[in-house]
Amino acid sequence: MDFLTITQTLLEGFAVTCCLFFITLLLSLPLGLLISFCTMSKFKPLSYTFKVIVWIIRGIPLMLQLFIVYFLPGMLSKEGINIFGELDNYLYFELGINAGGALVAALIAFIINYACYFSEIFRGGIESISKGQYEAGQVLGMKKGQIFSHVVLMQVIKRIVPPMSNEIITLVKDTALARVIGVIEIIRQAEIFATKALIWPLFYTGAFYLLFVGALTLLFGFIEKKLSYFKA
Amino acid sequence: MAYLEIKNFTKNFGDVEVLKGIDMQVEKGKAVSIIGPSGSGKSTLLRCINFLETPDSGVMVLDGETLLDCSKKEKRDDKTLRNKRLNFGLVFQSFNLFPQHSVFKNLTLAPTLLLKDKIKAYKKELKQNKELSFKARKSLINCFKAEQKELIEKTAEELLVKTGLTDKKNAYPCELSGGQCQRVAIARALALNPKILCFDEPTSALDPELTGEVLKVIRSLADEKHTIIIVTHEMGFAKNVSDKVVFLYQGKVEEYGDAKEVLENPKSEALKNFLSSVSEKEG
Ligand SMILES: Nc1ncnc2c1ncn2[C@@H]1O[C@H](COP(=O)(O)OP(=O)(O)O)[C@@H](O)[C@H]1O
Ligand SMILES: [Mg+2]
Repeated sequence: MDFLTITQTLLEGFAVTCCLFFITLLLSLPLGLLISFCTMSKFKPLSYTFKVIVWIIRGIPLMLQLFIVYFLPGMLSKEGINIFGELDNYLYFELGINAGGALVAALIAFIINYACYFSEIFRGGIESISKGQYEAGQVLGMKKGQIFSHVVLMQVIKRIVPPMSNEIITLVKDTALARVIGVIEIIRQAEIFATKALIWPLFYTGAFYLLFVGALTLLFGFIEKKLSYFKA
Repeated sequence: MAYLEIKNFTKNFGDVEVLKGIDMQVEKGKAVSIIGPSGSGKSTLLRCINFLETPDSGVMVLDGETLLDCSKKEKRDDKTLRNKRLNFGLVFQSFNLFPQHSVFKNLTLAPTLLLKDKIKAYKKELKQNKELSFKARKSLINCFKAEQKELIEKTAEELLVKTGLTDKKNAYPCELSGGQCQRVAIARALALNPKILCFDEPTSALDPELTGEVLKVIRSLADEKHTIIIVTHEMGFAKNVSDKVVFLYQGKVEEYGDAKEVLENPKSEALKNFLSSVSEKEG
């Protein structure tokens, strides 16, 4: 097998990796914001419920969460059918998509997990804005929503860019965990070569991650620079 | 009846009685200074006036309209409070400018956001006129929008001139000195044309050489007959610029009267001690 075919095969796995990354990011950001509002709510039952949820999600390994999302629904249903396994079969025979059910399960697990981590970053950012900013908005007759979107939000964004970039870069690499429930992302793809005694593609996957993380690092650097025009 | 009448304001934080029955009057076009030692409740009083805190009891009447009567059940939703707050402007000790917005945007942001409500109301009004075609309505609204926007910008420009900040129009707060920041904050409060402008120790966070430029602006506002309530430790300023002085001591109005009279002939021991401690610091 030549370098080009192997690169091509790995790229297929990398597409799945990217799919996991972007969909998780896209959905966990708004969900995280929602969760952060819940944990900051003045209504105690709501805030405590969500604090416990965040504690659980951040307290157990992500790998275990993948297993739970993949197997638990089947164990709870009366027929004992593995829902995501069924979805796998359906997608494979109807549409020819490999490991699609597992992909859905992995996405659910990742989105919930990352939303919880993001929510804590959002909460830290929002709570770090001084009371004076809210009061300045209030005495100027602004609505609560206006104060959030026109006064607080940009300052929060500026403050959370560094911790968010950290977390997002971690997500790139965490996608590899999805292989434990059978998602064929880039490392799993390389492992298939390894079973045929071809080891180096496994190492080669590192280059894909490095390039991707490199691009993200540049992007975050750019955002930080764009936001450096003000101090907050 | 005075322009602003405050009667029997009380406020507790837990067990701490911060305001113990404050009565105060402010005449239209006059400046009132509030002085008193730290912790005597000056900020709390201003915050109650600006609806940032709710007093436990008391009445506040502005220009014949009862804004607050704690003995009655009153609406305290966001909209009601916002409308009441708009009667007043408040300048904070720590400026609280919006750091991500330019000086100009700091002045125009709140008026622009309020304009949205105005446009909504105008649309409603036009809808009632059945004779107007959709197109005619649309053009009227656009006209109104442009007109109002221009007005907001013109007002902001004028305020920049008044506060001596024309060359800082596009600067960001982090590029300004403390004195400039506070002048922006004053202009920002004025942009909404409040009936009464309140200052909470506007020069206390400034280096001594910068207090002058801020006090000069406030003095010019007093000269233009803005109604002003100012908490300050600048006794010279209180004496020369304000008409009345309120001496707040342990949550009560210990002395009240004409500025010169109160500051030159203090009656109570507390005010005598306070004035001598202030002049010691200055000397
Ligand atoms: N939000 C609050 N919670 C509890 N205590 C407060 C609060 N705000 C002010 N206080 C207390 O009220 C007293 C008066 O405060 P303040 O009005 O800030 O005084 P001043 O402005 O005259 O220095 C102080 O003892 C202060 O600790
Ligand atoms: Mg104070």
